[in-house]
Amino acid sequence: MKVTTRGSFPISYESLRVKQKVRGGVHHQGPNEIGVLGVSGIVKMIKAVMMMNTQGKPRLAKFYDFLVRCLPVEKQQELIRGVFSVLSSRPENVSNFLEIDSLFGPDSRLVYKHYATLYFVLVFDGSENELAMLDLIQVLVETLDKCFSNVCELDIVFNYSKMHTVLDEIVFGGQVLETRSDEIMKAVEEISKLEAASNSISLVPKSVSGWRGGR
Amino acid sequence: MDNLFQRSLEDLIKGFRLQLLGESSFISRALEEIRREVKATDLSTKSTALHKLSYLAAIHGVDMSWAAFHALEVVSSSRFHHKRIGYQAITQSFHDQTSVLLLITNQLRKDLNSVNEYEVSLALECLSRIGTRDLARDLSPEVFTLLGSSKSFVRKKATGVVLRVFDKYPDAVKVCFKRLVENLETSDPQILSAVVGVFCELASKDPTSCLPLAPEFFKILVDSRNNWVLIKLLKIFSKLASVEPRLGRKVAEPICEHMKRTVAKSLVFECVRTVVSSLSDHEAAVELAVAKIREFLVEDDPNLKYLGLHALSIAAPKHLWAVLENKEAVVKALSDEDPNVKLEALHLLMAMVTEDNVSEISRILMNYALKSDPLFCNEIIISVLSVCSRNAYEIIVDFDWYVSLLGEMARIPHCQRGEEIEHQLIDIGMRVRDARPQLVRVSWALLIDPALLGNMFLHPILSAASWVSGEYVEFSKNPYELVEALVQPRTDLLPPYIRAIYIHSVFKVLVFCLGSYFSAQESSSGSSSTVYESILNLVNVIEIGVWPLSGAYDVEVQERAKNVLGFIGMAKQDIAKNVNLQDNDAEACRVTAFMEDMFSEELGPISANAQEKVCVPDGLELEENLGDLEEICGKFLKPVESDSVSCTDKISFSVSKLRIRDQQEASSSSTSLPAKASSSLLAEHRKRHGMYYLTSEKNDPDSNGTPKDYPPANDLASEILLDPLDPKRKAKHRKSRPVVVKLDEGGESRITTSQAKTKQESVTDDESLSRAIQSALLVNKKGKEREKCEGNSNLVVQEEETSRIEKPQNSEKKKKKKKKKNGERTSGKHRSRRRSEVASSSEQVEIPDLLL
Repeated sequence: MKVTTRGSFPISYESLRVKQKVRGGVHHQGPNEIGVLGVSGIVKMIKAVMMMNTQGKPRLAKFYDFLVRCLPVEKQQELIRGVFSVLSSRPENVSNFLEIDSLFGPDSRLVYKHYATLYFVLVFDGSENELAMLDLIQVLVETLDKCFSNVCELDIVFNYSKMHTVLDEIVFGGQVLETRSDEIMKAVEEISKLEAASNSISLVPKSVSGWRGGR
Repeated sequence: MDNLFQRSLEDLIKGFRLQLLGESSFISRALEEIRREVKATDLSTKSTALHKLSYLAAIHGVDMSWAAFHALEVVSSSRFHHKRIGYQAITQSFHDQTSVLLLITNQLRKDLNSVNEYEVSLALECLSRIGTRDLARDLSPEVFTLLGSSKSFVRKKATGVVLRVFDKYPDAVKVCFKRLVENLETSDPQILSAVVGVFCELASKDPTSCLPLAPEFFKILVDSRNNWVLIKLLKIFSKLASVEPRLGRKVAEPICEHMKRTVAKSLVFECVRTVVSSLSDHEAAVELAVAKIREFLVEDDPNLKYLGLHALSIAAPKHLWAVLENKEAVVKALSDEDPNVKLEALHLLMAMVTEDNVSEISRILMNYALKSDPLFCNEIIISVLSVCSRNAYEIIVDFDWYVSLLGEMARIPHCQRGEEIEHQLIDIGMRVRDARPQLVRVSWALLIDPALLGNMFLHPILSAASWVSGEYVEFSKNPYELVEALVQPRTDLLPPYIRAIYIHSVFKVLVFCLGSYFSAQESSSGSSSTVYESILNLVNVIEIGVWPLSGAYDVEVQERAKNVLGFIGMAKQDIAKNVNLQDNDAEACRVTAFMEDMFSEELGPISANAQEKVCVPDGLELEENLGDLEEICGKFLKPVESDSVSCTDKISFSVSKLRIRDQQEASSSSTSLPAKASSSLLAEHRKRHGMYYLTSEKNDPDSNGTPKDYPPANDLASEILLDPLDPKRKAKHRKSRPVVVKLDEGGESRITTSQAKTKQESVTDDESLSRAIQSALLVNKKGKEREKCEGNSNLVVQEEETSRIEKPQNSEKKKKKKKKKNGERTSGKHRSRRRSEVASSSEQVEIPDLLL
């Protein structure tokens, strides 16, 4: 399903090169050691998850912070633009943390990671550990890599729905619930199966009824 | 047949990439299509349309609130695929005000009870995102059931939703809390970490209410090897230790263990952060933490370096030695390419500043400011300014140095902090008398610097420099050059209000020069022609420079220019006449003497509370609305003396006004800075209201022949805080610290109390939840105790543990108490439980000391 890019915006086929960038759990003890983290938020711990490409096009945006969620969509888009303008001004090889109280209210931190043509961004508050959040991005990207085998930006563009499935397994209402990518994969596959099954059941009777109705 | 030709989400995305219409028109066409499709009776068509809509809303910011009801329709489908799309749309677009929100309760309940764990998970996710008070209340029984589910997939998500439910509906705590606590003992790592996460949030909201669970947390802290769980536990303990300091001693040991054992940097960092922020009294732990920080600082990874510096700055207030030990690394970090690292390093460096090293650190920072980018440069300048001026320049001993530093700052090319520097230049001038000669020298250098005039950010500095030069003109080496600098043609780059200050300074210089000229004549009773020529030159320069300004558009500039010119016109004749001062009739001499008197009156700093000290006289109505008065006596109000209006402004005197006042013998102005030569009326006024004045008329017997008494402060002795010259300090510095006038510090404490008040207010918001948790805990503990009493298997271990930690005198006391109650031998844990029981009966939660 690799479509040629004749679209109005350039996109890279370049794989996100997750594999090379995996640092074997630099911050945690290693993939096996990364456990599950269940967190919860009156004070939402993860306020937002965003993905955007290096041109600032949002590819995925999910807000958990109640205040941000209630904002009108234009304001949310403004937030995304604000984050992007900060990110794009940062040089390479500097720390991945930012304090962005100006955009998300007091005690807001942001961690981002730049893979090929994409920025992965997590906004969180004081209840999370900065390095753990960096690992969480790693978990997310690793899982996507397993899902799409060598994930690239196009996969993320065309698999909007699946992206959400993956993300929802990891972050639940602003709380990190699962950090083992095999567990995430298992759930994602189950859900895909269920969806496919419910669709195939529907197809037969519907097309028949559609046939009758149409003619 | 709709279904067959309907564009799927994938088609939409593809179309998007191939479209040639332009994004907005493509979106509006797609929206049109969606609006049509979503009305279809067929759920497949409807759900696909909804799916496309939520995509457009998330990525392209399209409004989807209009489709709320359609989302509800889709969610009620029996097919998983539709349900998922529906729930996604709902979580994305619903909020508290969505009108159809009420209709979702039954659907959620149905799905929460579903046998399909993925359907349950969808409903839970939805509840965790959009849960309102009503939803939380109606669905808490279902959540309770799911908390005990045998499927761990469901149980962890149910745990995740608990916080939202508690938050919206505190009474749910009664129902769900027991199950939550039970889950703390689960063997399933996922659920454990979910539960610990919930408690982490609860503890951060109200630490006291979670305190009774400390033993359970402690057990996990010791046993668990899961980094995610441990991080959350550390956060919990750091919150708990803030309300129960004795807890710190207990947890310090296991935390150190983790710090030594683990290679996971995230956990190490969390340990470090916990130790430096909450266990700062435990020396061994702090030392270990600082050692770990040092490891972070030498890492190449900028993230670790940044976090290391961040941890240091948390430690700085209580353990400055930790920062000093790493001073080199901190200074090195100043030139890091990472803005975060640089900023943290700057904060740390500022934390290190003392009166001994302030000049060294400022020197380093100024060098960095010269070569760094504008943003960081100004960050440096503002931190140096604020640290040095803290508490009335507490750390500054050598003001000559500091004033020169201010001058240097003004010359840093990126400097944009003109206003702060302006304020400090004037402030030091008023507060620190010994600094004035240097201040005048620095100001002079600033005034003649051509670079400053062109930079609008620095104009405020020039305004301060010109004011200082005029006000303290007696220290000026060469008034002639000063005047030249003040009237140089390039000053037309300045905004009018600063030019007005320039002209006024010129006026002050002129008065000073004429005054000394006349008095020199008086003493020598003859004039050398050189002195005469130089004074004539000065007057001419001023006249030429100020003349064009008498036609300026700005009235302030114009008026001041005219004042100066008028004064010159009057004085010139007398100078030309070479008047002898013995002849007191000469108008110029008289006026000059008067002016000189007036300008030499010291201006002092003004207390922030000055206004409050003025008590409202009897019968004065401040609250009364005087709007009607205008109508009644509008006519009579007009001819009010303009004299008493603007005199408060310390630099807005004008000659015309002064003349009038001279004639009237300064009749009735209430707040002007009076000349010494003024009438007895004024003196009487002064006597009555003297306490509101900052300048003092009393002669200080200690003043050693200086023209003015110092400090110019009011009569309330308590108001003035003459910095006592500490003998120790004297020995240390060759140059003793000059006197700095400090006014009352009451204002600060007032501010802090008001802050405390607001904090308290915010706490009350959360009270309902914490009260619920506390009561739930009590019930829980009671139940548990009963359980444990019946079958106490592992009690012995706990008994040993707790009794070991308990303070001997504490346990003594309590044992007695216990014996009185029920004479049986019980463990420490038991004791605490019983205490909780006692507490519950008195409706008050007590903090058990089972760990201590």
